[in-house]
Order: sequence, then C-alpha cells, then structure tokens
Amino acid sequence: MRTALKIVASCLMAMLSVGCATIPPDAGKNPADPWEVYNRQMADFNDRADKYVLAPVARGYTKVVPAPARDCIGNIFRNLGDVGNAINNLLQGKPAQASSDICRVAINTTVGLLGCFDVATSVGLTRSNEDFGQTFGRWGVGPGPYFVLPILGPSTVRDAIGRAADIYTDPLAFNHWERAYSIAAWSLRLIDVRAGLLDATALLEGAALDKYQFIRDGYLQRRLNLIYDGNPPREKEEDEEPEDKPADKLEKEESAPAKPAEPEGNSGAQQEPKAEKPAPQPDQPAPPPGR
Amino acid sequence: MSRNPLTSALTGLAFTLSLGVSGLAMQPTFAQVAPAAAATAPDLNAAPDELVRKLSTEVLASIKSDPALQNGDLPKLQQLVDERILPYVNFEKMTQLAVGRGWRQATPEQRQALSREFRTLLVRTYAGAMSQVRDHQVKMLPFRPGNPDDVVVRTQIVAPRGDPIQLDYRLEKTAAGWKIYDVNVLGVWLVENYKNSFASEINQSGIDGLIKALTERNKQFEAAKKA
Repeated sequence: MRTALKIVASCLMAMLSVGCATIPPDAGKNPADPWEVYNRQMADFNDRADKYVLAPVARGYTKVVPAPARDCIGNIFRNLGDVGNAINNLLQGKPAQASSDICRVAINTTVGLLGCFDVATSVGLTRSNEDFGQTFGRWGVGPGPYFVLPILGPSTVRDAIGRAADIYTDPLAFNHWERAYSIAAWSLRLIDVRAGLLDATALLEGAALDKYQFIRDGYLQRRLNLIYDGNPPREKEEDEEPEDKPADKLEKEESAPAKPAEPEGNSGAQQEPKAEKPAPQPDQPAPPPGR
Repeated sequence: MSRNPLTSALTGLAFTLSLGVSGLAMQPTFAQVAPAAAATAPDLNAAPDELVRKLSTEVLASIKSDPALQNGDLPKLQQLVDERILPYVNFEKMTQLAVGRGWRQATPEQRQALSREFRTLLVRTYAGAMSQVRDHQVKMLPFRPGNPDDVVVRTQIVAPRGDPIQLDYRLEKTAAGWKIYDVNVLGVWLVENYKNSFASEINQSGIDGLIKALTERNKQFEAAKKA
C-alpha cells in the first residue's frame, strides 16, 4: 500500500516537473515583471498541476455533486468571504459598505442557513470584492513585481502579502480549527472555485497568443480596477495615440465600410460643447458605480 | 475576498471574450448574408449608451431564443455577429490600438491581414463564450458623458447566480455614428491586454511574425475544435 502510494506520488511529481516553460528572449524586460523567468516556470508548473490534478478533480466534482448542492457549497464559502470584505472595507474607510457586508453575513448565516442561500443579494445587498492586497493598494502601496505563486497563481508582491493576511483573517484559518478540518475545507474551496472556471479556461486557451502574458496583463489590469472599485485613473492613457491619430483617421477613411453615413452623426443627448481631448480622466474614483 | 486571483484573472478573460468582444469576425462566405434584422437594429445615430443597451439586449435575446446559438453553431453565430454587432464596431481601430507602434510600419496588406486574423481569433472565442449564455441580463449603469466624441458606457451582466460581471464599452464618434472600439470585462480592457504580446511578437519577428503567430493560433484552435 505504502509503496503503491509512493509510486503514484512519484509519477505525479514526474508529470509535473517534465518539460520546461518557453522563456522568450525579452523575458524580464517588462518593468512590471522583472522576475518573468521564474514566473513563467512557476506558471508552467501551475498549469501542469491544474491539468493533471486540479481540473480533473473539479470535473469529477461537477459530475458527482448536483448543481444545487454545489451552489450551496459555493455560497457558504462566499459567505465566509464576506467577513474579510467587511474587514477590508472598514480598513479602506468605507464604513457603509462594511456594514452592508456585516448585514449580509448576518442575514445569510441565519435566514440563508449558514450561507447556503444568498438571501442578502436578493434583498438588494450586493456582495463586495475586497481583500488585503486591495486595501494596501488603497493606502498607496504599489504592486511591486508580478509574482506567480505556487498553485494560487497570479499575484504581485503586495498582493501575496495581502493574501497571507487574507488567509490569516479568514474564518477558515488554520489557527482556529483542527488542522485536518481546515485542510479539508480549503481543498473543497479550491475545488469549488476551480469547478466554476472549467468553461472559462477552455476559452482562455483559444484567446491568448501568449497565455502567460495574457493572464499577467489581465491580472494587473483587474487588480488596479478593483483597488479603485471600478474607476481606475487612466494613467498611461494612449501612449502612442497622439502620433497614430492622424494615420488612424486616414486609415479609417480609406477602409471604412460604406455605411449609410449621416455626416452629422450626433446623438443630441450629450453634446455639451466641452472638449477635453487629451485627458479623458472619466470621473472621480470615489463612488463605485452600481451601489 | 474569497476570490482567488486565478479566478479573477480567468473569469475576467473568459468574459472578455464572452459577451464583450463584440468585434467579432466573419468568414468571407458569410459576409454577404443579408442583414435581415436591419429594421430592428439600433440606429447609428443613437446616443452611445442607448446603442449599447439595444445592442446587448438584442444579442442576449437572440442567443436565449436560439438553441443553435447556445450550442455554438458557428455559421449562425457569424450571421448574428454580422447583423447585430459588426456595424457598431470599429474593428480596424481595435486592431490598430492593439498593435500599437508597429501599425505605422505595417503595409496596407499587413494591416489587412492583422485585422483579419485578430478578428478570427476573437470570433472563435466569442463562439465558445456564447454557448455559456443562459439567463443573463444586461443592466445599464449611470452614463456620464465626458468627452464629446469618446465615451465609456458601463454595464453589468447579471447572471441568476454569482456576482454581476462588469462589462464596459469604449466608443468613439465617427462619421457613421458611434462605434465600439474597446471592451472592458471585469476590469480588463481587451485592447490593452493584447498590446504586450503583440509588441513582443513584433520585436522578435516583425509584423509578419505577428501575422504568422495569429494565423497559427487560429489554425490550432480549428484543429482542436475538430478533435
């Protein structure tokens, strides 16, 4: 039995370590990603761990566990996550949202049967998405280098530290429970999350030219967006555009499909005659849009 | 906070390509399918937020009412894209912005090839994403017109379960009305997201290298689909 396990384990290790990531010659040139060589290797390892272990397990999970039960399990984890949302909203100086998060936990834990049903959303309390990485960002801490974590995937130095704080403050944290329960709970959580993404990963494979870069850039963009609750300042706004603009206009004229073009295609509705071409910094980053 | 960064990145990307990337392409064969639904199509002179609202509700409604689309029926999907989406997307500009600096060095033929392959890449992904649409609904967020000819329209896709998905559109006013030229899904602008990989491909092997990489990607995808 022991030896059989050992053989299985070593086979797994072998599968995971075979092959190496393709490292492009310009690796590490991107200022946001100086550790690209390491990161690509770790991303490659994660991909393999996903392909041979996590994704198959998640697929099995969706086959064996019926959808309503999976919804319930996912909701329970999200309910636990609302505790962290409340903490971080408070730390970011958003007491209104923090109290909404607390109400969510109160409602969902009771009426929602320990979080199994997300009753709070149906009464209009929307879920926040906060974590310590965002809180640090809100406090002005820069992301630092991009940093791919084992199994957990894309991160930055700031977000990795934030993640440690997230895990520490999570209701499922290791120090609150018997280790075995904690490990079981986190594993189930990981499987639940992965199962929710099975369709997404297939799409991603087809969409990206270089999957590593695509995920990295998407991650960095999304984090910035989250820190500003959907209204990030457009800092490096259209760096090449001013030069390209004339060419662009020409180009369009040449090849624009001959549409029934109304020369004055005005919408009427919003035509304030104020022109602020170069800096379309849309609005104050304060109020998140939908809440 | 319960969201894994991997989750975030992946869902982001998936949906980028899902409802968002309306800039999708068509095969020449389907290009001449008559726009039968032209009568109900949004007016080119409509305000940008109105245009986005009509476009997204109509596309979602078509998918919901047609099982073939939900199953990823490619020809039908392409027809939908041609009729409902393409007239409102400035695909050329999308490609140009994604290619960045290299665009100026590209010959007209190269530009055409780039646009074509980029489109094909996106339409394939879009096909996959469409098949996941079920009971989704569009919710328009308050529109704040800033610049008179370049605006962002913000929406959310609300699914029966799970968090709403942020989906924003950037539009530019052209002689032919407002046109979408970038899409943001869950905080990720699509054009921005392709920029780096396009640039490094061009640095390594030139514009033709990028065209080749895109073409190969499309072929692989095709092959994988058949398998």
